[in-house]
Amino acid sequence: MPATITSALRRPTIEEQMKRTTLVAALLVVATAASAQSPARQAPPATLITHATVLTVTKGTLTDTDVLLQNGKIAAIGKNLTAPAGARTIDASGEFLLPGIIDPHSHMMSDATNEGSLSVTSMVRIADVLNPTDDHIYDALAGGTTTLNILHGSANTIGGQNAVVKLKWGRPVSEMLFPGAMPGIKFALGENVTRKNSGRFIVIGQPQPQPRYPTTRMGQEEVLRDAFTRARDYQAEWNDYRAKVAKGDKNLVAPRRDLELEPLVEILEGKRWVHAHSYRADEMLMLLDLADEFGFKVRTLQHALEAYKIAPEIAAHGTGISTFADMWGYKIEAYDAIPYNVAVTMRAGVLSTINSDDDGRARRLNIDAAKLVRYGGLTDDEALATVTINGAKQLGIDAKVGSIEIGKDADVVIWDAHPLSVYSRPVTTFIDGEIFFDRDQDAAMRKSLAEERKTLEAAEPNKLPQSGRGAGRGAAPAETPAEEDHR
Amino acid sequence: MTRSVKLASLFVLAALVPLAGASAQLGSYNPEPGPRETVAIRGAHLVPVSGPDIANGTIVISDGKIVAIGSNVTVPSGARVIDGAGLSVYPGMMDASTAMGLAEITQGADATVDNAETGNWNPNVQALWGIDPHSAHIGVTRVVGITHVISSPSGSILAGQSALINMAGFTAPGMAVVPRIATVIQLPGSGGRGGGRFGGGAPAATPAAGSTPLDSLKQMLDDARAYKVATEAYAKDKTLPRPTTDLALASLGPAVSGEMPVIFPAQSVAQIKEVVKFAEEQKLTPIVVGGRDAWRMTDYLVEHKVPIIYTNTLGFPTYEDDGYDAAYAAPAKLRAAGVTFAISAGESNPDVRNLPYHAGMAAAFGLSHEDALKSVTLWPAQIFGVADKLGSLEVGKIANIVVTNGDMLEARTDTKYLFIDGRNVPLATKHSELYDTFKDRK
Repeated sequence: MPATITSALRRPTIEEQMKRTTLVAALLVVATAASAQSPARQAPPATLITHATVLTVTKGTLTDTDVLLQNGKIAAIGKNLTAPAGARTIDASGEFLLPGIIDPHSHMMSDATNEGSLSVTSMVRIADVLNPTDDHIYDALAGGTTTLNILHGSANTIGGQNAVVKLKWGRPVSEMLFPGAMPGIKFALGENVTRKNSGRFIVIGQPQPQPRYPTTRMGQEEVLRDAFTRARDYQAEWNDYRAKVAKGDKNLVAPRRDLELEPLVEILEGKRWVHAHSYRADEMLMLLDLADEFGFKVRTLQHALEAYKIAPEIAAHGTGISTFADMWGYKIEAYDAIPYNVAVTMRAGVLSTINSDDDGRARRLNIDAAKLVRYGGLTDDEALATVTINGAKQLGIDAKVGSIEIGKDADVVIWDAHPLSVYSRPVTTFIDGEIFFDRDQDAAMRKSLAEERKTLEAAEPNKLPQSGRGAGRGAAPAETPAEEDHR
Repeated sequence: MTRSVKLASLFVLAALVPLAGASAQLGSYNPEPGPRETVAIRGAHLVPVSGPDIANGTIVISDGKIVAIGSNVTVPSGARVIDGAGLSVYPGMMDASTAMGLAEITQGADATVDNAETGNWNPNVQALWGIDPHSAHIGVTRVVGITHVISSPSGSILAGQSALINMAGFTAPGMAVVPRIATVIQLPGSGGRGGGRFGGGAPAATPAAGSTPLDSLKQMLDDARAYKVATEAYAKDKTLPRPTTDLALASLGPAVSGEMPVIFPAQSVAQIKEVVKFAEEQKLTPIVVGGRDAWRMTDYLVEHKVPIIYTNTLGFPTYEDDGYDAAYAAPAKLRAAGVTFAISAGESNPDVRNLPYHAGMAAAFGLSHEDALKSVTLWPAQIFGVADKLGSLEVGKIANIVVTNGDMLEARTDTKYLFIDGRNVPLATKHSELYDTFKDRK
């Protein structure tokens, strides 16, 4: 596609990216219309889910209720709905319908996490290194998770640009990127940046790396101040240029584009949201004060394990937090983390979410949410909001996902028990009305895979000597003399 | 000082402890348990685990033990009575694979990490002497209903001896139920991928010329057997030459005679078979910790009567052909095949408190609810030979009791009373104290 080549040569600005998204969306509509015969991208059939207990999250719990998914959207919610012609009907009696879980902090699919060589790497983009075949996508779908905020790591004070994705397993990355999600960027404060909590950057036998500025929290403040000072100058330079051009000056040379500073200008102009990895209360306050000074809002404090110590200040700033349900104590700056964190921040008016930061936990964020009922007494709906609608708000996608409401994207999950119960399992996971995980389909696929394997193993060319037991998820060995590696 | 005065001063001290906690140094966050009381919990839903639930029953504890349980129990006079209406009573849970008390902050605070001794031959190192009774992990773990754990050393081929401890007490010896319950062998050559939190276990020792670390291990076990014969013979007949005392060889005596179980971290089919073969050759009593692939080899495990402490319930599928739920469903498969097993969280100390949710996940994927409970109560006690003391609500057992407002394995459930060793344990923790300090800040 020519557009891809263009983007490789010249990076689009955020406005251009937005325009392009609209254009691509428009093209897709045309393409879909033109290739309605193509089985690969046919609109999914309408689905009527009947007799479910619907956990809308925003509008309470509806018992024995039907939900119609049509044209990728939630088309109707009510009792005794009639299935349109050609629709499939799923009887969800005794089952629960929950919006797809939104994980506001993930590193899934990312082929690289940290560009840690510099302290400011606002120019790098996680969307450039996403792997759509990461099988953790399927594992997460099987845990009821449908949307991720994929962030860079925490090696540097200003990290790279994020990507919000829908977990459309089997599709190219271009179809996973969440249309219209607010562009974001990862910041990081504290021990991971100063690299004082481990020797993990030291490789035995390799020369020890030079310390990288900053190695203190003082230095982190200075890096931010310096970067935003430069960004302001850069912004002024462009504004001057544009003003002169507007006045008719035709002999000017445009300022050189700066890919590092451009995203920071977007932050200053409210077009890109900051998601800042932070642990200690003092470093969070530092960032909030600095943001006030430079006139931008920090959208979320990520991890924010000591947010409960400064909940009124965070609320006053209009900043959200995305934290762990109960992870703590694995390093010094996590030693004062408490599982009551969300109870305190939420009651102070802070938009609060639970995230996984881990492909394993991304499969059971429902159980992490349930812990908030125990620790601090959240209601079931408040707990569920921390893994659904609140995350949608933090990513600027709440008009589309995060709750079960008419007109929203049909990103919903059928659970066989209340999702806050440890005994619950997702049965069917829909994104845009399409099934991307289903336990029955999964069982059928396993059966056919086993049969295929049996046939292949019986085939003459595949008989002994056994081979192919390498690293990763290879064939399961009957007898394993060789050591295999968990991925 | 009379006994009563001593007791009184102890009470004063106990009352001061929570206050001290607020301004304390690293690791003194756990309010200490009260004295052993006679307590009757009346009219509660009792879940003995070893037998059917009692819908509306009474349980009485006294002098640290369970003294009565049933639907028709007389409350002894003088007993403190707890109204059990709406509450459920469970035996406390046990995690058989932790490093509880041995490591406080693993990243960036090496001085707080004492779970792995240097060198490969440390059979006489005892976890008990590294356990900090005031570790903040202990408080936050027990309030979800985990009342006793096995804390194990790691990091060496002969890593030392594990302790079974109650999760409350002033001192480590005071917490010990069995001070030396097992010895840990991380078999060299079994891959360097130990079970659960043993992590990158098996050490890469440089073998002496002509011998491997495995040869050295076998030699040491042979020496331990010889030492045992020599010392026992000498004990009977003092005219024999007196063997020079060797603490390392002496510590291996109970293991080489098969009385003391040996914890072997192992995950894959190959590792588990290697470990079992080794244990059988050496006539040891193996307990495999980790057991990721145990469900693939159930016939083998049943035939060889090897118990598994399964630490992988929340793990990923291992191979491409595995179902997404391979790890979740493994306990159900072990159960169906008749393998003896228990579930451990296999997590680092701060996260051991997730144990009930590991068992809950196993129940969501096929293990019966009753068996899920047993996998974290009765079965680990049986595997380690302490089911006469722990693991169920039965008369004569240690009063490690959890009183909840619902199903103990559910994440939404809260603990209302906690008794360890028959002592009332306050439910305050480092976390609840910080919560109380900051929750009403304006």
